[in-house]
Amino acid sequence: MANAATSGVLDREFLPLRARLIDLAAALDRIDRASGLPAADPRREQIAHGLAVLNSPEPNRAEAVLAAFSLPYDPEWRAKTPRG
Amino acid sequence: MDFFDPHIHVASRTTDDLALMAKMGCVVVGEPAFWMGYDRGGVNSFHDYFRQLTEWEPKRCAAAGIEHYAWMGLNAKEAENVGFAREVIAELPAFLERPNVLGVGEIGLHKCTRNEVTTLLGLIDAALASSQMMLFHTPHLEDKYKGTRMILDVLADDRRVDPARVCIDHCEEHTIRLALESGYWAGVTLYPTTKATPERTADMVEMYGPERLLVNSSADWGPSNPLAVPEFIATMRRRGHPDSLIRRLVYENPLAWFRQSEHFRFAPARAT
Repeated sequence: MANAATSGVLDREFLPLRARLIDLAAALDRIDRASGLPAADPRREQIAHGLAVLNSPEPNRAEAVLAAFSLPYDPEWRAKTPRG
Repeated sequence: MDFFDPHIHVASRTTDDLALMAKMGCVVVGEPAFWMGYDRGGVNSFHDYFRQLTEWEPKRCAAAGIEHYAWMGLNAKEAENVGFAREVIAELPAFLERPNVLGVGEIGLHKCTRNEVTTLLGLIDAALASSQMMLFHTPHLEDKYKGTRMILDVLADDRRVDPARVCIDHCEEHTIRLALESGYWAGVTLYPTTKATPERTADMVEMYGPERLLVNSSADWGPSNPLAVPEFIATMRRRGHPDSLIRRLVYENPLAWFRQSEHFRFAPARAT
């Protein structure tokens, strides 16, 4: 199903996207300024992966960012899920 | 525009919220049993909660002009103690017969443990034993993809399951295709921080179409918005989508979904 207002998408999205990018940049700056954060926190890798997805020319970036923040699925989970 | 909110936790909302929802056009709500923010201390707590969803909340909604329907179940956050869960499941059959109950929900997984799966199998069996519809909660954040796949695996294993009578809820971009391609209804929840925004939900409509898609607020005691469905309507209109498509998503689809229950008796009172 096509977006009904295709010609206006960039007009509509430009300012909100600009604002979100600045928010994102400011949050990253805030993390950099904070002292005492462990350098090896795995969440930093997830953030870096998410940012790389944003800069990718591939489609379905929202799905790819969600995948970057998701635990892997193992089709053999029935045999491997530990009993509580 | 008249609309349904097919998933909202009315027990956590004020009467003023219900009045506002009605003013915005809400005519029907669906309230699944869920985790109230603390682990309940005994089966009697569940019994009282199920009474609240089948006796008191319908009255509160009716006073605002909204029809209230409920789903009976045990949320995965309280599913780890399998013995306790079994006692709660034993309470379900009597409540499933109550006149405003549509089926079993919301049930599913939270941290995707073996015990959660054991409890989920018991809940699915209780539902299918009396031909109930089922509403599935999919996990939060990093557990959502894995948990959704596991829920779909469990459902695929049971030949009694009719996908048309199952909704996989809280879908996002990485799980919605899985639910729809398997023939299930897919619910999208509009939340301010987690789950989906109105804009992303409109994106998913544009990518996958309106077939078997439900949009809900899942408004509860946490950050959430009981007027999220009207916000989605406004977002779709801003994008230039016709009212016929929007009405299908917020009214005709949930109507078709709920109508599968013999307990659903809503009759539209006015044209929109």
